[in-house]
Amino acid sequence: MYDLVIAAVEAALAAGARYADARVMETRSEWMTARNGTVDSLERRERAGIGVRALIGSSWGFFAIPELSPAAARRAGTRAAEVARASGLVSGPVLELAAQPPAQGSWASTCLEDPWSVPLAEKGALLEGVTRTMLDHGADLAEASHRTWDTRKWLATSEGHRVDQHIVECGAAMNATAVGERETQRRSYPGIRGQYGTRGWELVRELDLPGNAARIAEEARALLSAPACPALDATDLILGSEQMALQIHESVGHAVELDRILGWEAAFAGTSWLDLRRMGSLQFGSELMTVTADATLPGALGSFGYDDEGTPAHPVDIVRNGTWVGVLSGRDSAALAGIPSGGAVRADGFDRIPMVRMTNVGLLPGPHSLEEMIAATDDGVMMDTNRSWSIDDKRLNFQFGCEIGWEIKGGRRGRMLRNPTYTGISPRFWGSMDMLGNRSEWTFWGTPNCGKGEPGQVGHTGHPAVPARFRGVRVGVRG
Amino acid sequence: MTDAQPARGVFATDRSGAVGGATDPLDIADQVLHLVRAKAADAEAEVEVRHGEEALTRFASGFIHQNVAEETRRVLLRVALDGRSAGSSMDGFDAGGLARLVDDVLEVARHRPEDPDWPGLAEAAPAAGVEHWDDATASAPPDERARRVREFVDAALGLETAGSCLTAGTRVAFANSAGQRLVGRATVAGLSGIARTATSDGSSRDASVGLQALDGGVLGRRAAARARESADAIDLEPGRYEVVLEPQCVANMLEFLFLHGFNGRAVQEGRSFARLGEAQFDRSITLLDDATDTGQVGVAFDAEGTPKRRLEVVRAGVTTAILHTRRTARKAGTESTGHATEESGQRGAVPANVVLAAGDRPTSALVAQVERGLLVTDFWYTRILDPRTLVVTGLTRNGVWLVEGGRVARPVRNLRFTQSFIEALAPGAVRGVGSERTLILDGLEAASLVPALHLASWNFTGGARG
Repeated sequence: MYDLVIAAVEAALAAGARYADARVMETRSEWMTARNGTVDSLERRERAGIGVRALIGSSWGFFAIPELSPAAARRAGTRAAEVARASGLVSGPVLELAAQPPAQGSWASTCLEDPWSVPLAEKGALLEGVTRTMLDHGADLAEASHRTWDTRKWLATSEGHRVDQHIVECGAAMNATAVGERETQRRSYPGIRGQYGTRGWELVRELDLPGNAARIAEEARALLSAPACPALDATDLILGSEQMALQIHESVGHAVELDRILGWEAAFAGTSWLDLRRMGSLQFGSELMTVTADATLPGALGSFGYDDEGTPAHPVDIVRNGTWVGVLSGRDSAALAGIPSGGAVRADGFDRIPMVRMTNVGLLPGPHSLEEMIAATDDGVMMDTNRSWSIDDKRLNFQFGCEIGWEIKGGRRGRMLRNPTYTGISPRFWGSMDMLGNRSEWTFWGTPNCGKGEPGQVGHTGHPAVPARFRGVRVGVRG
Repeated sequence: MTDAQPARGVFATDRSGAVGGATDPLDIADQVLHLVRAKAADAEAEVEVRHGEEALTRFASGFIHQNVAEETRRVLLRVALDGRSAGSSMDGFDAGGLARLVDDVLEVARHRPEDPDWPGLAEAAPAAGVEHWDDATASAPPDERARRVREFVDAALGLETAGSCLTAGTRVAFANSAGQRLVGRATVAGLSGIARTATSDGSSRDASVGLQALDGGVLGRRAAARARESADAIDLEPGRYEVVLEPQCVANMLEFLFLHGFNGRAVQEGRSFARLGEAQFDRSITLLDDATDTGQVGVAFDAEGTPKRRLEVVRAGVTTAILHTRRTARKAGTESTGHATEESGQRGAVPANVVLAAGDRPTSALVAQVERGLLVTDFWYTRILDPRTLVVTGLTRNGVWLVEGGRVARPVRNLRFTQSFIEALAPGAVRGVGSERTLILDGLEAASLVPALHLASWNFTGGARG
């Protein structure tokens, strides 16, 4: 494939580009869903093609073709340069890409059990079986699914990068819904989106869906008659690690994307409340809060060997002991900010431009256990498993709902609460974090559906998370 | 994690070039059906083929920072063997790839569990003779998009701007082994953007089948005016206010109503609020899905080859129809309404051409009726809390104004709301429907054609700053 990407780059240069890169991506995916005891959907998709970026002056152009031939590669390169030239009609400031030594290498994720070697009958039996179990234990609607992606990509740049990668991603999800007179209640396992990683089918086996199906169905049924989460202006809030992953994703991960901070997403995904001039001094959260973006974490969903500009994966400090110190960036955005590339640029297919995406953005563990947090809380609420998520276009004001809550009274976990929600302002909320889970509870949650960009791209991101306690949080917001 | 593997393709077959150079979607579809018949004569099969070009030019901080275009070639194949169904898709029309696609989907169908709800294939039936197509837009060069961006930026007179201009043209063919064969083509163009002051954003947008209908200067001036009018906003105490919701907000509300309410799958699973024949909405609400409306976009048949038609979902407040795919229709003992998409396996029936019947007053007249309330430009990040009650939380964006005594009094800062969309549209809750409809795109092949609404009450639960 290198001959194709090199031909595309050469064509873009011949058409006037001063820099060009080209990616061939081949992806195959499988998505099986079961509903109420029956596999009701089995979809496979294969995608292959070449996408070329060309830079003329300070203006980018991109063109993609779903065809792998020398002629198509050259055409894509030429058309990318034409698009870049049109961009020059409304050109911006001088752009020099952040320096990056031309990497040459190969990388592959570790896959112990090839998902494509697992018989469809076995996959179907697993999903059908757990949905039947959920129906038997009180669910009115039981759903389960698995998804697998197998991606190979080859990158060449006009600076000499030559990188190829093979990444296998896999995971599964299930949920039980109980339908009441006036509302529905749902419980999911392992989380609202399931759990995914850059791993093989061994991840699905480790999840033990059968061992958790009955429990979540019973919880969904029980939630229908549970008392509602009280509406309180300020209380102690303990979040489980799955909800913490969502909290990190929405209120930290997106906020530190440099393209947002620079205003490149202002009209669509939004901007960020963060001001680059305060990087290094701004108090983002309490001293317990240390967040990294680390694409080298084994098995996490946001892991890779090189980003889609050929920058080798490396950990980036985002928040250190509560102070904001870093961003997610690529070569163009980093250059404008005067920092090295964070190696966080990816595209979700051959037909999309690489853009700033989260890698594995997560908390480093703290000193506490979940039991210690509960024991230390006299009056509060515990919540887990994300149900709804909404945050403003500056990533500052959020309101999140969870599937399940529990009253905490006198250091003990009490009765179940339905429809728990909480709301807050990011730095105030993170500043109130006074207890943080330890390494034994550190989970690399995978989010396979992070939407961003125009045309839309779906990113796969990882979020190491632990339970945590926050003080003085508003809970129980209702319509 | 770093064990290198030799570079090689996933696909064993050649992927270099179209079938004999053919790119006509119906030719490709026929060839795929032929391949299926050769491998499994008794298989039921349906094929959708798409071919076209899509392009999008983004600008921010007053310059074009992303500018992309792509050729699209897509083949979706679904087969059923003795009630075992499977679907697969690929990009490209190369002969080797298509043969592999057919082999793979037949293999998957043979080995998957039985599918007792397989609904069979659409029978041969013609689609409506409507076509949302413009030749110039289908072949619009990047300069044409850049020119409109230039106009938008210049018209903002120094305010920072951001937004996008898109064009797309797609030819679609559908064929199945039951004899259904349909072709269609559609173009779409959209221009949307914001202008920004130090304390505010103002937005504007327009969309059409043809790019020539979009005027960057008009939209840039409108966004800049809105931004200036919403500068130096004040905080407003959260609570219940009457509201005038501009079309983007209305389209967003309707999206939730369709996905969680009028969706046949949601009804069958007991998650929907919809009850046929009941007056669930205000009398002023008449809601349709109508691919034949000349102001709409897309082709006149769905992913299962079912022709689309004008479907009245709510008539004068009364729920009159539920949207179905062939699968949910079979369960309900009725016919598909033509609302299958590639994602229907996960989402159920999805509308592509939402139309809310217009009222008799312009938006300005709706505002003039407001005693004390808010004029809201856009909603942002709306997420459902419960599908039965359709309680949704979200925020305002790109301009909110306090209206007092029928006049816009002052801009206010963005607010968070937590509101049941059903209650907001309930009988007696709608005080007015605007007469001007705006086309709000939802991707490249779906859109809502909607006016502004004046609603009696909206529950704002907090300021965006806490």
